[in-house]
Amino acid sequence: MGSTITEKILASHAGKDHVEPGEFLEAKLDFCLGNDITAPLAINEFDKAGASRVFDNNRIALIPDHFTPNKDMKSANQAKALRTFALKHKIKHYYEVGRMGIEHVLLPELGLVLPGYVVIGADSHTCTYGALGAFSTGVGSTDLAAAFITGKCWFRVPESMKFVFNGKLNKWVGGKDLILYTIKDVGVDGALYKAMEFTGDAIRRLPMDDRFTMCNMAIEAGGKNGIIEADEITKAYIKGKKCRVFKSDEGADYSDIIEYDLKVIEPQVALPHLPSNVKPVSQVKNTSIDQAVIGSCTNGRISDLRIAARVLKGKKVKSGVRLIVIPATQAIYLQAVEEGLAEIFVKAGGVFSTPTCGPCLGGHMGILAEGERAIATTNRNFVGRMGHLKSEVYLSNPAVAAASSIKGRIAHPEEVK
Amino acid sequence: MKIEGRAHKFGKNVNTDEIIPAPYLNTTDPKELGRHCMEGIDKSFSGRVKKNDVVVAGRNFGCGSSREHAPISLKGIGVSCIIGESFARIFYRNCINTGLPILESPEAARAIKAGDVLKIDTETGKIEDVTRKKIFYAQKFPPFMQEMIKCGGLMKYIKGKKNS
Ligand code: SF4
Repeated sequence: MGSTITEKILASHAGKDHVEPGEFLEAKLDFCLGNDITAPLAINEFDKAGASRVFDNNRIALIPDHFTPNKDMKSANQAKALRTFALKHKIKHYYEVGRMGIEHVLLPELGLVLPGYVVIGADSHTCTYGALGAFSTGVGSTDLAAAFITGKCWFRVPESMKFVFNGKLNKWVGGKDLILYTIKDVGVDGALYKAMEFTGDAIRRLPMDDRFTMCNMAIEAGGKNGIIEADEITKAYIKGKKCRVFKSDEGADYSDIIEYDLKVIEPQVALPHLPSNVKPVSQVKNTSIDQAVIGSCTNGRISDLRIAARVLKGKKVKSGVRLIVIPATQAIYLQAVEEGLAEIFVKAGGVFSTPTCGPCLGGHMGILAEGERAIATTNRNFVGRMGHLKSEVYLSNPAVAAASSIKGRIAHPEEVK
Repeated sequence: MKIEGRAHKFGKNVNTDEIIPAPYLNTTDPKELGRHCMEGIDKSFSGRVKKNDVVVAGRNFGCGSSREHAPISLKGIGVSCIIGESFARIFYRNCINTGLPILESPEAARAIKAGDVLKIDTETGKIEDVTRKKIFYAQKFPPFMQEMIKCGGLMKYIKGKKNS
C-alpha cells in the first residue's frame, strides 16, 4: 500500500513505518516559529505552565514582522515581550528589526527549513514551507507554547488531494495565478483539513519563488498543508544542504485528483471578499483602484519585485493612486536596491518600504479609508483586511498590481507595454 | 460540561479577521478583545451577547489567520460554546487548546434559529434546542481530544504527561 509524501514525513517523525489518514499522532518537530502577534500569547502560556527551558534554542524562530517597526505603544510592548524571551532563553533565531523579514520568506532564505522537515508556526501561512518538500502547518499560540516545552505537536494525519498542473505558463502568469485558479475551483473550504499536493510537469519547471507562493495560499482553500516534492530546483535553492527527500508512492491514496491545463489560465484576480471569488483579469478591468500593494509572504520575493519593476520601468503611477512596494526581507531589499529595482519604483512615484507585513493584515503602512479599493499581491481579501470595513481588496500577481497602479484601474500587464 | 444559553447565528466562512479585526491584535487581554468580538461582521454583537450564550455558525467558521485572539475574544465576552456546520482547522485546534467547547453538527447548526435557548452537554455532544423542542448529537471527540479536554486544555495535558 502506497503513502503520500505528507504521510511519509509524518510517519517518520512519529517513529512509525506507516500512517493512515485520520490517525492521531505526536510528531517530533524540526522547527517552530512565532511572531510579534502570536508569540506573546505563547510566552504567557509557557510561563504560566512554570516551564523554565525551551526544548532546543536552535530550533525556534521568533520574528517580529507584523506590527514592526513598532507601529504604536502596544505593538512595542509585544515586540519587547519577544525580545525579552529570546534573550532569556538564548533563542538563536530571533531577528531584530533591521535584520528581520516576513517570517515565511525569511526562514527559507536563511536555510532554516529543509526538505523532509516537520515545521509548525503560530501563523496560518506556515504552510508556505511545503514548497521545499517539508510538512509545515499553522497552529495556535498554545500549540506553540507546548512545542517550546516538548518539541512535539499532535496532528491528525490529513487526507491528501493531488493537483496536477500540465502545460506551459502563459505570459504574465505565475504561481499566484495557479493557486488563485485552484482556490476558485475547490472553494475556501474545498481542502478543509487536507494536504494539497501540487505536482505535474508545470510544477517541476516552476521556480522556487512561485512554489512558495502556491503553498503559501493552501490555507486559503482550508488546506492543512501545501506540499511539493523536492527536486533539482529545490536542491539548488537549499544550496546542496543535506536533507531527507520524501516522495509520494505511485499507489498512494488521494481523496481527489484534479488536473489543470495551463493553457486556459491567464492572470487571475480574487474579488472581495473571499480568495475564491476569482475571475480572469480581462473580466475585471473596469475596476478603479486607490492603492496597489506589492509585497507580503505571498509575493514579496525578489522575482516578484523584478516582475513589477519590468512593468513599471519608465512609467508613472497614476496620479491619485498610491503604490506601496514592500520587499519581504532585508536581503531582498538590498538586492532590489543593487539591481536598480528600488529606483524604478521610486521614480514611478511609488513607496519602497522596509520589510514588514504592514498593510497585508491592516496593521500599518497603507491602511485603507472607507470606500477605498486596493489591488494587492497579498493572500486575503476578507472584509476589512486592509483597513476600513467598507474598503475592498483585490488579490493578484505583481505584474497585474503594477500595471493597475499605472492605469488607476485593474489592468492586464499587456495594456501598459 | 453542561451549558445553557441563547443562540447567536452567523453564516458560512466567517473568518478570524471578522471575529477579531487585526487592529486589536496589539493586546492579549481577554476582556479588551471581548469588547471587539465579531466587530468585523456585527458591531452590535458585543453589546448584545450575554454570559453563557452560544455562537451557532455555518460552514468553515474561523477560517483565515491562526490568531488565538479569536477564541479568546469569544470567551472574553462570555460565549460558552460554539456549534457549527464545520470549522477551519486552526480555529478548531485553538478552541480545544484554550478550553472553549466546540461542537460540529451540520443538522443543529442549520436548524437552530437566533435567540433559541440551548442546552448542551459537551461530553456526550448532546445539543437540545429547548425553544424548538429538538435534540441533536454532535460528532464526538476522538479519545485523544477527550483526554485533553478533560485535563482542561493542551498545557495542562502536557503537564500531566510530563509528571506521569
Ligand atoms: S505578510 Fe500577511 S499573510 Fe504573510 S505573515 Fe504577514 S500578515 Fe500574515
